[in-house]
Amino acid sequence: MTVRIYISRDSGALCVGAEAVTEAFRKEAKERGLDVEIIRTGSRGMYWLEPLVEIATDQGRVGYGPVKASKVGNLIDAGMLEGKPHKKCIGVVDDYPWFKNQTRLTFARCGIIDPRSLDDYRAHKGYEGLKKALDVGPEAIVEEVISSGLRGRGGAGFPTGIKWRTVAATPPQQKYIVCNADEGDSGTFADRMVMEGDPFVLIEGMTIAGIAVGATYGYIYLRSEYPHAIEAMNIAVNEARKAGFLGPNVAGSEYAFDMEVRVGAGAYVCGEETSLLDSLEGKRGEVRAKPPLPAHIGLFAKPTVINNVLSLATVPIIMSDGGPFYRDFGMGKSRGTMPIQLAGNIKHGGLYETAFGISLGELVDDIGGGTRSGRPVRAVQVGGPLGAYFPRELFDTPFDYEAFAAADGLIGHGGVVVFDDTVDMAQMARFAMEFCAIESCGKCTPCRIGSARGMELMDKIVAGDDREANLVVLEDLCDTMKFGSLCALGGFTPYPVMSALTHFPEDFGAGKKRLQAAE
Amino acid sequence: MPRYQPWTPERASEIIAQHQHEKGATLPILHALQAVFGCVPLAAEPLIAEALNISRAEVHGCVTFYHDFRREPPGRRTLKLCRAESCQAAGGAALEARAKEKLGIGMGGTTADRRVTLEPVYCLGLCHSSPAAMLDKDVYGMLDADRLDALLKEAQS
Repeated sequence: MTVRIYISRDSGALCVGAEAVTEAFRKEAKERGLDVEIIRTGSRGMYWLEPLVEIATDQGRVGYGPVKASKVGNLIDAGMLEGKPHKKCIGVVDDYPWFKNQTRLTFARCGIIDPRSLDDYRAHKGYEGLKKALDVGPEAIVEEVISSGLRGRGGAGFPTGIKWRTVAATPPQQKYIVCNADEGDSGTFADRMVMEGDPFVLIEGMTIAGIAVGATYGYIYLRSEYPHAIEAMNIAVNEARKAGFLGPNVAGSEYAFDMEVRVGAGAYVCGEETSLLDSLEGKRGEVRAKPPLPAHIGLFAKPTVINNVLSLATVPIIMSDGGPFYRDFGMGKSRGTMPIQLAGNIKHGGLYETAFGISLGELVDDIGGGTRSGRPVRAVQVGGPLGAYFPRELFDTPFDYEAFAAADGLIGHGGVVVFDDTVDMAQMARFAMEFCAIESCGKCTPCRIGSARGMELMDKIVAGDDREANLVVLEDLCDTMKFGSLCALGGFTPYPVMSALTHFPEDFGAGKKRLQAAE
Repeated sequence: MPRYQPWTPERASEIIAQHQHEKGATLPILHALQAVFGCVPLAAEPLIAEALNISRAEVHGCVTFYHDFRREPPGRRTLKLCRAESCQAAGGAALEARAKEKLGIGMGGTTADRRVTLEPVYCLGLCHSSPAAMLDKDVYGMLDADRLDALLKEAQS
């Protein structure tokens, strides 16, 4: 009987040697005359176990990891292909606590199916959301998405269904669906995982969006730093088109929808939606003033839905299982699940999809397992380069849009970057300003000039040059950037800077007392 | 076979013609030119402007806005070290210093034998396995001094 071996082709597995491991299995199988089939999947998101090799058994898929190419022969000798115990064996992967305790809705198939096989996708509930969407029609789709409570997963947290309704209400004309796949935030990789591990779900989500608002064309704006995701998406788009899921009659219906992948060019600011639209139009990626909203005047001045990868990839399950099903997960105004990404100096780095409400401390200490260096956790940055640094005292903050805002932070795209006690928070604050200066599109003054002045101020503060006075100027500058910038780049850069200053004043050579008095 | 073709306006015009009818064609054209020539020379700008019926200033503004586009071809191999927060948290600064020292170049530099170009990158999306790097299109994670040395050797070979 053919033994099925599953090995990820996700970048996160490739970067630690999954290709060499696959090659080793092919070689061993040939030499030993074994009857095996190697299936390349996406990643389960347990990256400290990659390359994770799974063997299909009667009990389920049994996992071994991390596997080294040089040890493949030994593992086969030890009975791996029969699913036998071994110190590298984690048992049936679906029952492995780290995986089992998640609520995988958006990532239901990721790591399980072959991302290049439309048949595999369809065998795992793929395109059931579209079927339902075609049955109920545009208005009911929008209502279903509104009822799910889904909010934009790119960071802003705007209700997805409301955005769709705005575009649907514009008069019939050329409209567009744009997927923001410019996942530039350090500490995030969920978009990449979807595109590499379950690309059809994104295509399905965009197709449903198109039907809902009357758009016939879509663009995925995908960053150039993700060559494997670009390849995976292009393959999937072609497969979907060949099978009639994209084209003049989507799945045999009267709706037309097609799409293409466009590659970015290394500008972080193009993750901002209006800057992304300018970039797609072939211009410098400069931010636009709002209003007008992209929903009214978007890509090529046409009504445009622009959503993050995760928002769109969540739509199929909302359609197939219903808005209320999704809404029943979560807390407060944060409904459903959030794919949280654990990164940085962390023992168990990976993707953990769970209902909103889990505390930061649970994520870092229990699920993440603390630092990889073994040293104490000192700071955690949540929400990418524009997110706040949290000290251990705030670890009881629940993962929820409003709770994080109340703690002067943001959940952003769900990235959690852990730092141990060797971190110099003044340097991290300086880096936030430096990054903003490098990546500023230059359109508005608070961001363009403020970030450069902020870097200089930080240098003076660290050098002890008139520190007290310069700290006051820094706070004033941050205030100007926060309220005077056109977009979140300049507007949110003060979050990492001010949170570092507020929670770790000792790194700035300042006493805690003075800062509290200044507030 | 050399990695890139030598610049000729004729070849450039061919490439531009393949993409000029796409909507918002500037980025696809710039990427296509760089894939063939290893860079977007200044001489390409008037050709693009003409084909897209936009001003040369607009093309120039676009080329210089995006970090990806180069004026000269890179070395035989390009090593991008991630320098964003997640990789900083996991020892990225020490790796950068080591890479610079071993290659004898700074960030953005190319070794004298033109084998390796070293560049910073702000996030490869491999933050679960920081620190990370990319050699051409191959990705590497969980780097430490030994793994970096092996990677530098591979880059220079």
